[in-house]
This record gives sequence, structure tokens and C-alpha cells, in this order.
Amino acid sequence: MKTIGYIIQKEFKQIFRNKGMLPIIFILPILQLVILSNAATYEVKNIKFAYIDYDRTSTSRALIEKFNASAFFNVLTDFPSQEKASAAMLSGEVDVVMEIPNHFERNLLKEKNANLSITINAIDGAAAGVESVYVNQIVQSFNKDVKMNYMDTSKKITQPVTIESIPSFWYNTTLDYKTFMVPGILVLLVTMITLFLSGMNIVREKEIGTLEQINVTPIRKSQFIIGKLFPFWIIGMGLLTIGLILAKVIFNTPMLGSLLLLYAYTSIYILVILGIGLLISNFTDTQQQAMFIAWFFVVIFILMSGLFTPIESMPKWAQIVTEFNPIKYFVEIVRMVLLKGSGLGDILPQLLKTLLFAILMNVLAVWSYRKVN
Amino acid sequence: MKRFIGFIKKELYHIFRDRRSLFILFGMPIAQILLFGFAITNEINNVDIAILDHSKDASTEEIINKISASKYFTVKQILTREADIETAFKKGNIKAVLNFEKHFSRNLIKQNQATIQIITDATDPNTANSITNYINAILQNYQQEKNRAIVVEYQIIPQTRMVYNPELKSVFMFVPGVMTIILMLVSAMMTSISITREKELGTMEILLVSPLKPFQVIIGKVVPYIFLSVINAAVIVLLSIFIFKMPVQGSLFLLGLESVLFIITSLALGILISTIAETQQAAMMISLMGLMLPVILLSGFIFPISSMPVPLQIISNIIPAKWFIIIIKGIMLKGVGMAFIWKETLILIGMTLFFIGLSVKKYKIRLE
Repeated sequence: MKTIGYIIQKEFKQIFRNKGMLPIIFILPILQLVILSNAATYEVKNIKFAYIDYDRTSTSRALIEKFNASAFFNVLTDFPSQEKASAAMLSGEVDVVMEIPNHFERNLLKEKNANLSITINAIDGAAAGVESVYVNQIVQSFNKDVKMNYMDTSKKITQPVTIESIPSFWYNTTLDYKTFMVPGILVLLVTMITLFLSGMNIVREKEIGTLEQINVTPIRKSQFIIGKLFPFWIIGMGLLTIGLILAKVIFNTPMLGSLLLLYAYTSIYILVILGIGLLISNFTDTQQQAMFIAWFFVVIFILMSGLFTPIESMPKWAQIVTEFNPIKYFVEIVRMVLLKGSGLGDILPQLLKTLLFAILMNVLAVWSYRKVN
Repeated sequence: MKRFIGFIKKELYHIFRDRRSLFILFGMPIAQILLFGFAITNEINNVDIAILDHSKDASTEEIINKISASKYFTVKQILTREADIETAFKKGNIKAVLNFEKHFSRNLIKQNQATIQIITDATDPNTANSITNYINAILQNYQQEKNRAIVVEYQIIPQTRMVYNPELKSVFMFVPGVMTIILMLVSAMMTSISITREKELGTMEILLVSPLKPFQVIIGKVVPYIFLSVINAAVIVLLSIFIFKMPVQGSLFLLGLESVLFIITSLALGILISTIAETQQAAMMISLMGLMLPVILLSGFIFPISSMPVPLQIISNIIPAKWFIIIIKGIMLKGVGMAFIWKETLILIGMTLFFIGLSVKKYKIRLE
């Protein structure tokens, strides 16, 4: 026990001595949490909208006025011709162009129906889908006004059947993106810091040659490993705490569930990450190699965690791959516990899988660590 | 010049000797682009939903059938009580509940109107919103079928054309992004590490006292990585064309030139990092922790920049990846030429010069 204490002491001294690294470990993640959480939104607003009005009647102007009034559209200009509009679309100045054809008003009143053409830049397919919904909503509401104005009310018409749907958004009634993203990004930062630090730590001693000196001492393998990893466990838990406080104070993230449960889960989760870090350390010779491997896994873990893009949208095989992704479980749990108030019973499957990973990774890591070459 | 070539040779030996790093350097981008090209999508597919049907009549059955027949939804659970909704959401196995009111069919026939509540788990606001929109579309469709007999007057018919990506494939959005991230991180990380490594191991001293000029040392370090990254870029472009069927509407040659420019920008950033960082550890942490998230989040790779708060939109301008993504999308999907992307190109050139200038200024030829 005393030996472990000394190793831990040595590690902490090394961490706090390195003035270049301290801001990277503590300030950088927190800055990123505070700033970048604002960037992660799929909300579509400020749509760059332009129109070509060949009709130039009161009806066409009324339609354009509807777009002007909408909060989603940023009506930029009107183009005199289609060529001008296409060029603006190519250079990225506008994303949605509405073309009101000649005789729009006349067709609507005489022929009883009129066409409108809408062109949407669809490179971002998801955003284009939403933009199309917004455009249709405005056109429909305009259409309703038109019908109200012109329809002959004296004529008896059959009422169409309508199904009224009432959307109800639970747990996040205002559809606030930050509520969703802040816990996820916090998970990510805790993971990256602990993985990179632990992955580089032992291999660094290997590269500099000080590992040999430790290997010839009577320190036992298990003591050494515990002593090495414990400081990073503390750093991880510390980051989580700072992150949660900031989430509450700055973003007012709801915390419905038990924080104790979250901490209990995190304490196991960090063990998984430290195990992976140690494993990487054991199988590499230089810090460069260790970093590459850590980087490889982190990018895959992040993008396949359901943090930015939903897992259920992935193809089946990819969903199976995500089962082996520890970040996925942490992201799920932090959101479930904080935002929905899920309890131990709800998160038990994820908890057990994480525990299994923790045991597996650490057994593998300890087993593959060799004091003698 | 001969000395300089000798130095480049030394660097190449270093790189090719380390088989493991080399394997990672080439294998990783390929693995990543394949994995992400297929897996990363924000399209709605096979969402698990539950039904709470208080009337269980012909109309509700028709609607439920319509919904489960669509590829977007799978009806996973049939709930019987309102209280079950909370439990199901907390376990996290369903994303939405359709709640039909009592006497649905009767209301629809007698009063021409009936009500459905769409309850979504909005912890993920984007998915919740999309689910609501998709279900509404299905309901609209159902109503239209019911109302077919009625003639509608004064109808405006919007005809929507989706340009550049008519099938709304999310691959078109994500492949340029993944390509940018890989090129940026690999290039910046490689150079910053290889320079700080010499510092840390003490061999930088030897290089500094050699007759090579400092800038020759730096350029010699960078040249091999330009080659490696160009190969990487070429592989990624080939994969995206042949596997993901990304079109190249514009000139492939221009795409190549722009890629080389972006690689040089990233390498210059790597050099700058190496002048700041003293140890490999610091260099790696800066290039990984410092670059990864900002590049993913602020480049317009996943999240649209125009929706961000204004200060972040301004910050996003200093991310080189943002400009490169605009360039690739322009050339590959829109088929534009230099006339449309000269501004972005100039910005990248400017950033490169700035990084190099700053590095030269900060580069210490003496050891402390």
C-alpha cells in the first residue's frame, strides 16, 4: 500500500510539474465544453432565401411577405432572372430560391390552381429536408388565406376529414440543442483526456528509458499499474465534476436523476478507458505510435457513439459495431440519467456491459504488461 | 542542395523504418472513411415507436398499418396505460409514442375530425423533430386518400427541386468532411510530432549545429509528409468516387491542386504547433485535443454553420477546414471552377503563409 502511495505521489508530481501540459489537461477541455456546445445544433434557421418574381402582382407580393415575416428565412434579394439565381446558388450565396411564374395570380383565380417552383441546395440533405418542410408550411398557410378570401362561402361544400396531430416533446419541450449536447460533449472530453494521458504515460517512460529503472525495483506489477493509473482516474473524475458544475451554471442543463448513480457509473467507465490506454501503451514502442492508435480509436468511438448522429439511423452492421463502443454507453447513460431521470434499473444493461468491459480490458492490460523484455 | 536531399532521405528512412506508424498512417484513413461513409448518417430509419390506442377501431388500425409499413418506423411495443410511456422512455428503447384518442373512428366520421398525440423523447431534439414531421407526412397522406372525392379549389402546388444532391444522401455531406478531418489531423499531427521528437530526444541539437539552415531542416521534415498526405488524399478521393459514388462534377485536376494546398496548410499548422510544444506529449495533445473537436464542430462537417450563434460563426472563419470543405463540395458536387472558389483558395493560402511566418518567428535556433 505504501509503495502504491509513493508511485501515485511521483505521478502527481510529474503531472503538476509539467507547466506546458496543465492548461491542456484542464483549461482546454473546459473551454471546449463551454464554447463548442453552442456550435452543435441541427436546427435550421437563417435560411438564405431569394426569389424571382415574374408575376409581380399583389398575390405574389403577399406570398413573399409571408417569407419575410418568417423567423426561419432570411430573405436576401430578388433576382431578375433564373441565370442570376443559379449563379448565386453555385457560389453559395443562397440556399433556397423560389420562382413565381408569370400569370401566377391569374392561374390561381381563373384556373383554380397555380404552380410555384422551389429550388433547394441539397448538399446537406438533412437541412434541405427541413427547409422544404418550412417552405411548404408557409405556402400552405398562404394558400389557406387565399381560399378564405376567394372561396364562395355560400356554396355548400363537403368538409374534408382532418386528423389533428398534437406533438408533445418530452424531457426537452423547447427542443433546446444544448440540453442534448452538453452532457455528450462532457463525456467526450473526459474520455479523450484520460485515454490520451494513460495511453502515453507508460510508453513515455519506455521511450525515455526510465521504465527499465522501475522494472528493476522490487515494485510489483499490480502495484505499479494501480499507481500509474490512479492519478488519471482522479483527473477524470475531477473533470466530470467541473464539467457538471459548468453545465448547471452556464447551460442550466437539467439534472433529474441521481448524481450518485452517475458518479458510480463514471468510476467504472474510466477504468475501461484506462485499461484501453494501458493496453495501447503495452503494445507500442513510441509515443507517436501510441498516439496514432489512441487517435484512431477515439475518432471511431466519437463518431459512432450516437453523440452527433443517432445510432438507430446507422445500418445494422454498424449498430452491432457500436455495441463494442464504451463511449456509446456513457453517452446514453449520461443523457438518460441527467435528462430523463432514469434510475439504476433503467441503466442496468449498460452498466453491466461497461463493468464487463472494465474487467476484460484491465485483465488484458495487466496480463500483457511485462516487467521483463 | 545535396545536403538537403540527404536530409530528406534521412527523414524518409525514419518514416519507412517505423512500419507500425506507416501502417497506421495509411490504413487508418481508409478504415475511417469506409466506416464513416457508411455509418454516419442523420437520416431517420427504423425508429422504434410504441402505440397507445384507446379506441382500437378500423381507422386507427389503418393508420398503424400505414406507419409500420413505412421504412422509417418499426412498431416495437403496444402500450395499454399512459403511465407506461414514462417507463418505456426511461429505459430508452423507444423514441416516440402515438396516442390515439377514444372513439377515433367515430369522431372522424361524425365530426370529420379526430386527434392523435405524437409524444416524442426529445432528449434528442433533432430526431424528435424529424419523427414528428415524418408521422405528420404519413397522416397527411392518409387524409388525402380519404378526401380524394373532394375537389379542392384555389390550390397552390409547390414543385420542389433538390439540386446537387437530389436523393438527399447524407454521404454527400459527410464524405468531404471526413476527408478534411483525416487530412488535417494526420498532417498536423505528423509534422508536429516528428519535429518535437527530435527536440525531446536531443537530436535537434545535432541538426542545428549541422551546416543545414534552419528552414532547410523544417522543409526537409515537411516534404516527405507532403508526399504521404497526397497519396492519402488520392486514396480517399478514389474511395469516395468508386465506393460512395460521389460525383466529381468539376475538374479533378483542380481538386488535386486544392488538396495539395490544404495539406500544406495543415503541415504549416503542424510546424507552428511544434514551435510552441516542447515535448511530443504536448504536441500531440495540442494537435488532438486542440484541433479535433473544433474541426469536427466548427467546420460545417456535421452541423450547419449558418445556424450557429453569431460569435461562433465568426470563430469558424479561422478554421482552415471550413474553407476546404466549401472548396471540395463546390468542385465535387456543384462542379464549379476557380471563378467561384478563388476567395476560399486565397484564404487558405493566406493562412498557410501566416502559419509559416509565425513559425519562422517563433523558431528557436538556440537551445535554452
